[in-house]
Amino acid sequence: MNTPLLDIRNLVVDYPGKGLRAQPFRALDSVSIDVRPGECVGLVGESGSGKTTLGRAVLGLAPVTRGAIDFKGQNISVLSTRERRRLSSDIQVVFQDPYTSLNPSMTIGEILAEPLIAQHTAQSAARKRIAELLDQVKLPSDAVKRLPRDFSGGQRQRIAIARALALRPQLVICDEPVSALDLSTQARVLDLFTEIQRDTGVAYLFITHDLDVVRYVSHRVAVMYHGKIVERGDTAQVTTAPTHPYTQRLWMAAPIAEPVAQRERRERRLAMAADL
Amino acid sequence: MTAPVLTPAPGAVDAAANNHSASLARRFAKDPIGMAALIFLSIVVLACAFAPLLTTNAPDKAVLGNILADPGNGLLLGGDSAGRDVFSRLLYGGQFSLLGALLALSIAVVLGGVSGLVAGYFGKWFDTLSSAAAAILMALPGMVVLLAARSVLGSSAWWAMSIFGVLLSASVFRLVRQTVQNVRNELYVDAARVAGLSDARIIFRHVLRVVRAPFIIQAASIGSVAIAIQAGLEFLGLGDMTIPTWGSMLNDGFARIYQQPLLVIWPALMIALVCLSLTLIANSVRDALENTGSRHRTRRTRTGRGAAAKTTTHSSNPTVAPAAAQNTGTHNSETPLLSVRNLHVGYHQADGSTTHIVHGINLDVHAGEVLGLIGESGSGKTQTAFSIMRLLPAGGAITDGQVLWGGRNLAELSERELTALRGKEIAYIPQEPMSNLDPSFTIGSQLVEPMRLHLGLNKADAKTRALDLLTRVGIVNPERVYSSYPHQVSGGMAQRVLIAGAISCNPRLLIADEPTTALDVTVQAEILDLLRSIQQEHGMGVIMVTHNFGVVADICDRVAVMRNGEIVETGPASTIFSEHTHPYTTQLFDAILTPDNIREPYRAPNTMKGEVTTP
Repeated sequence: MNTPLLDIRNLVVDYPGKGLRAQPFRALDSVSIDVRPGECVGLVGESGSGKTTLGRAVLGLAPVTRGAIDFKGQNISVLSTRERRRLSSDIQVVFQDPYTSLNPSMTIGEILAEPLIAQHTAQSAARKRIAELLDQVKLPSDAVKRLPRDFSGGQRQRIAIARALALRPQLVICDEPVSALDLSTQARVLDLFTEIQRDTGVAYLFITHDLDVVRYVSHRVAVMYHGKIVERGDTAQVTTAPTHPYTQRLWMAAPIAEPVAQRERRERRLAMAADL
Repeated sequence: MTAPVLTPAPGAVDAAANNHSASLARRFAKDPIGMAALIFLSIVVLACAFAPLLTTNAPDKAVLGNILADPGNGLLLGGDSAGRDVFSRLLYGGQFSLLGALLALSIAVVLGGVSGLVAGYFGKWFDTLSSAAAAILMALPGMVVLLAARSVLGSSAWWAMSIFGVLLSASVFRLVRQTVQNVRNELYVDAARVAGLSDARIIFRHVLRVVRAPFIIQAASIGSVAIAIQAGLEFLGLGDMTIPTWGSMLNDGFARIYQQPLLVIWPALMIALVCLSLTLIANSVRDALENTGSRHRTRRTRTGRGAAAKTTTHSSNPTVAPAAAQNTGTHNSETPLLSVRNLHVGYHQADGSTTHIVHGINLDVHAGEVLGLIGESGSGKTQTAFSIMRLLPAGGAITDGQVLWGGRNLAELSERELTALRGKEIAYIPQEPMSNLDPSFTIGSQLVEPMRLHLGLNKADAKTRALDLLTRVGIVNPERVYSSYPHQVSGGMAQRVLIAGAISCNPRLLIADEPTTALDVTVQAEILDLLRSIQQEHGMGVIMVTHNFGVVADICDRVAVMRNGEIVETGPASTIFSEHTHPYTTQLFDAILTPDNIREPYRAPNTMKGEVTTP
């Protein structure tokens, strides 16, 4: 039962440099990580650490230089475009920006129908599924006739989640799905993510820079730095007793939303910095 | 909890939904100018197509008695220099002029559109080759090519128009390629790809929708240009003289302009009006496609909501006022540095009304105090910060209330007096450091300029001070950063530079608008440390606009919570986290993820995909 759903081994992603003799840029350097069915694995790191590239590589949107991405035992990093298209019912995505990830000129109904059409779902079945999805993400059913601009950021992200769930995938790559949202909306969307996971058994690779968010949603956490995973483990262990110096630095830098506790953390961080 | 999610602004949504369900044709029909142009063009096209039904006179039948005849006597628009019926020639000539333009347009649109789509979407070698070809075509002078072609291929109008179509296709190509490249990088195209859509489907569903609007505008202008160029060729006598066209009629009329001035009017009027109506129709179709008509409507709805919210101000004010009084109480001994009283901020609308976004707020900032202005997006916190400096975007203004600064009301100062104050006494740090540095100047020159203006330093002194400041904000190699351009430094570094700039004239108040939101946490911690030490060193007052409670806990002395343009609660940072009274504040604080919120350990699901597991 504990065989991983997604198993990434020694993944290397190089982006070609600009100009004739330029060195390629190594975005991912021998990264290994696995996700089990129904599990949420958090991927934390700062900008430029390669966490988004890892998600895009799994989705087939980033070039894989070396290494393997096994999904249910099959290496999906070497698939043709046609074979990759068939995978779309198993692996889906929720992007960071709810404003550009929905086509502004399409109605919500058209947006949600898109993955269903691609899998040749019949009209009536598609309509039924869309109603189910809207219900699942707690949006009113008359949303189908409206355009994305009629919705707030949090509501748009719910639509993006509904689109990702349309084909009942087993894995959803969540690329900073709540970082563009307001605080109160953020908590509700995160609750929706965990609720859906409990109900459907979908697995998440949850990419975020927010340490509180990663604690809230993930079973396990991997910390990325300069294209490498520097620390990994169960959420409680990595977030309360980190061992790698970078993880420690990251955790000490995140402010706690409580003045007294934050003053203590700040003083400890400054003391740590002074020791170095 | 879910109630607010389920109820988006009702009026706006209904309006938009109705608008969208209305068919394209109905939306187009609502535009009177577009409709008038369409009706005119349809009449012209039909009249030309059914010319034999409208006139019994053949276009090339010359009657001696009708030479240069005035309108009347069975000739609706008179006779031309050879005694032919002008009305008949106008109709039959329209057939050739319009068909010729249509030929050029179709060739340009099909050739340029398809190659632009392929080059923009798939790129690679085809893009390189076709872009080069388009560049060559654009470099060729159209008229010269047409003249050269005429000497080789003869005076056929159809050949000329085909060649002209190929020349024009370059501009269509460039437009389509550029638009498609932009769409291709949109996240929703990535999402469609992940959803399993084929390239053909993505192009059809996503790319064409974006391309069509500029494409229609371009096509209309190409149609007009084709009509005009064709007429130009014939006017010069280079067209096919055996068929009647508007251009050859112009030529004839121009030659007889002193004998019969009316002759030149008819074809000229025809060409002008047809070109004009093409452009007007294209604009209306574009508007209908983009559904821009409803923008006006949603805005009006928002005004309504603003007004509604404003009426509630009075009922909620009593709860705010005591809170404000209580807090000024803690600093009773000294007068505040900045005092905002009953501030209203509004934006003027196109229909003459004003949308209010800040509804009578009160704020005090004391010297050496950090005031956190916290709220969700759209709460008016940034607008409040901007209005203190009177730097609101176009249309925005303080509509009521006072901004008291050392006994002066900033709301009433002249622009000149304010300019002297901004940067010198009140400084500002923005959210996006990169977009607030001018990419075409070095960092050094951008730091030195305000110091020379406000402090009257000479160039050398200003440079020394700039380097000192850069060192002060923790930049290890100030000389290098001083001579760098903004794109050569990181985001954290750019924010340090802006902080250095903000404190360069020893301001008494610093307004920081989400200064760390765009930065990584480790950089955020460093920037907050820096702001704290500088603030303590200079005894500055700081207004920290933020939505991050961690930042509030780290740096703020006092907190004001904003919602919908009102301050719902204020209090000392040390206590507001545990003791708050307003339901909205409670709701906000409850949403904070604390270190105690941690996901329960993983349990392997015992059912497969799609089925429900019991938790």
